[in-house]
Amino acid sequence: MDSNSLSHCLEVVASSGCVLTLEERTALQTSLVILKKNYKFQRVLFWGKILGLQQDYFVAQGRGEDEMRDRKSLYSLNCLDWLLLPSVTDAMVEEVSKSAQGRFRGDPSFVYEHKVSKQEEKVYKVTEEKRLAVTVHQIDEEASVVPRGAFIRSPSGPVQINRSFGGLSESEAKRLENFMHFRESKNLPREKQQKAEWTPAIDFLDVLSEDIPKGSWSLQFECARRVCVLRSLLWLGLTFCHVPMTPQHGYVYIGLGMKNRDLPFML
Amino acid sequence: MQRSEADSTAASFKAFLQKSSSRSDRNLYDHLVLLLVKIMDERPHDAVDVLEDMSLELKRAVFKDTQSSLREHVTASAGELLAEHQLLLFKQAQDFNHEDPTVETGFPNVNETAFYLEQAGVGLGREETQRIQLALKLLVESQGLPRCRLWGKILGTESSYIIAEAEYAEGDGEQSADEDLQEEEEEESGTQESETEPVPRSTYTHPPMVPKEAVGTGANKCFYFVCNEPGLPWVKLPSVSPAQITAARSICKAFTGQLDSPVLSYPPFPGKEANYLRAQIARISAGTQVSPSGFYQAVEEEGEDEEETGRDQCQVNPEFEGVSSFEMAQSLSSWVHHIQHILKQGRCTWVNPAMKVEEDSIEEAEAAEKDERPDEPEPEYGPPLLTNLSQDAELFHTPPWSLRLSSTITPQHAVAVLRSNLWPGAFAFSNGKRFENIYVGWGLKYTGPGYSPCVPPPPQQEYPSGPEVTEMVDPSVEEEEEMRMALEEQQEVQQESEEEEEDEEDDN
Repeated sequence: MDSNSLSHCLEVVASSGCVLTLEERTALQTSLVILKKNYKFQRVLFWGKILGLQQDYFVAQGRGEDEMRDRKSLYSLNCLDWLLLPSVTDAMVEEVSKSAQGRFRGDPSFVYEHKVSKQEEKVYKVTEEKRLAVTVHQIDEEASVVPRGAFIRSPSGPVQINRSFGGLSESEAKRLENFMHFRESKNLPREKQQKAEWTPAIDFLDVLSEDIPKGSWSLQFECARRVCVLRSLLWLGLTFCHVPMTPQHGYVYIGLGMKNRDLPFML
Repeated sequence: MQRSEADSTAASFKAFLQKSSSRSDRNLYDHLVLLLVKIMDERPHDAVDVLEDMSLELKRAVFKDTQSSLREHVTASAGELLAEHQLLLFKQAQDFNHEDPTVETGFPNVNETAFYLEQAGVGLGREETQRIQLALKLLVESQGLPRCRLWGKILGTESSYIIAEAEYAEGDGEQSADEDLQEEEEEESGTQESETEPVPRSTYTHPPMVPKEAVGTGANKCFYFVCNEPGLPWVKLPSVSPAQITAARSICKAFTGQLDSPVLSYPPFPGKEANYLRAQIARISAGTQVSPSGFYQAVEEEGEDEEETGRDQCQVNPEFEGVSSFEMAQSLSSWVHHIQHILKQGRCTWVNPAMKVEEDSIEEAEAAEKDERPDEPEPEYGPPLLTNLSQDAELFHTPPWSLRLSSTITPQHAVAVLRSNLWPGAFAFSNGKRFENIYVGWGLKYTGPGYSPCVPPPPQQEYPSGPEVTEMVDPSVEEEEEMRMALEEQQEVQQESEEEEEDEEDDN
């Protein structure tokens, strides 16, 4: 969620149970401003918090000109000193998926080891920092949410905020088709667009209702039914909120940083 | 190809232009046509600069019939309905003149607790907490509860549950008539009487039922009220049975938010979502409700110290001085559980389920106690009440608790925060004399690498043997020949005796 509207958004997202302490919030407000200046970001988002056994990681994301491609993630242990997370490659994803098990420890230099004890005597080692980077990347790929119309893609390519986004209406906010993943589109483009108002500038993202398994998103109206809240069941802890008829929206992840592999049993 | 795509895009855009506005009866297409026609006719100077004025004028000039014969039927939206319910929260009680603010009331000061919990990093938002406080006040007044406490919130897929915990007043042993689904359904299969051959009866006997704990003891020590949103009426949850707890331990299901929805799982859960919710609440309370060591003390009982399996009562220690939060955050041994551990059986105190069957002969029961028969269930023991947390077992290589101070910058005013790793979402804080527990989460235990469902039991090994299904060796040719001969002789004898009878009748 945008650092400008941090306190308001956090109040709304609090219905999922996780809040930031007052000390953390004030520290964030100060340090994110400095971060934006140092890295020359267009805007800085507070991405979320990953709970570790000894310490928690706070993650922020800075956006450049192109919202989709110029994304940099940073982490901090105390909301004040921010360190850049390494950018994620496929090889890193594979290493992490083989070696990292269990909860996040809270120590970025902790090394997970996994020995493949068959013919090869290879030991897969990965630091917790890399695991954090891969987790942030995976959550963004699989569970980031934006309302339809909030971002437009100009014909030359860059994805930008839609300044004339007025918010979804109440009836639109009840339907999962109006929310999309903020990632490079993975689904094949359909030949016939079902919606009459399909516009290529707005509808370039994947829609949430196409997610497998169906039912992995919980759509509710909280805060006296005024705010539309989406919670992911695949990554427990990801909460997206949007106030209908206003341009306010944002998502935050506060959780263990582990994918919920029990989802098919839970539904 | 490209032309038809461009055509279809153009057609859909034209359709968009022709969509009539929801506020007035116009559409953009017609309006633009009229505007251009007007400009064509009038040919104004500097047409581009006066465009907006001309457009406005055109809009004003058209006669609009605002009176339509059909009126729109306005249905109340969900938000409006809820707002009406929540308005009741703010109304004072009828007899507020008699309410004495100095008398201690049953409902807790949730706002104060929320202040400390916010420092611990858990909470529900300030407005929501305020609404919950008012809802708890209504609950205490309407039900006449001596004391109640906010237990927490369990999130569901369609809607969430807010849960309040209340203790039974002394001598309040209500035996609520629960749906005893278990007893009814445990019949032997295939007992239909039909005119054809009866279906073989199954010899499967269900293992004996573990009896439910009495209201006010063990896992049923407190009772719980739930509601979906503060303002909606509170619903009381039924008491929990050991079978439900055992089933809840082996399934992993998310809550939907409707209390009467079925819980479809393997092993089958005996009950509906209300029972499942109650079972999870019992497990979470037993596992994660903690207090500073010394806050509760054991109730002193006279005698019978030898056969005591575990204390089940504790009371508030009036001489508790309070432990500083710095000390509380140092080690886990300064915290203790104050809710009884639930045994593997599903109860807090062990009961031999086979004892109930042998009601007739007392000697057999005594003999059973003395002998150690191999199929006799062994009594289960759990850790006694008020054990400290350093004794808790770890699961999947993670320590069961994470303990820290809420602030490193100002440790002088910080609170000690305890976070459970077995039940993600369970928190406890302690600040000198005050402490509180809360649960905000999905109601599921940490399953480590993943939940593996239990395997169905093996099928029955042997079909019960009977003459119809016992294998026999086929008779050899000689044996068959002998049987045939014997049968023929029998028939001859029968015919002769019949003829004799007929003769006799004829004679008579």
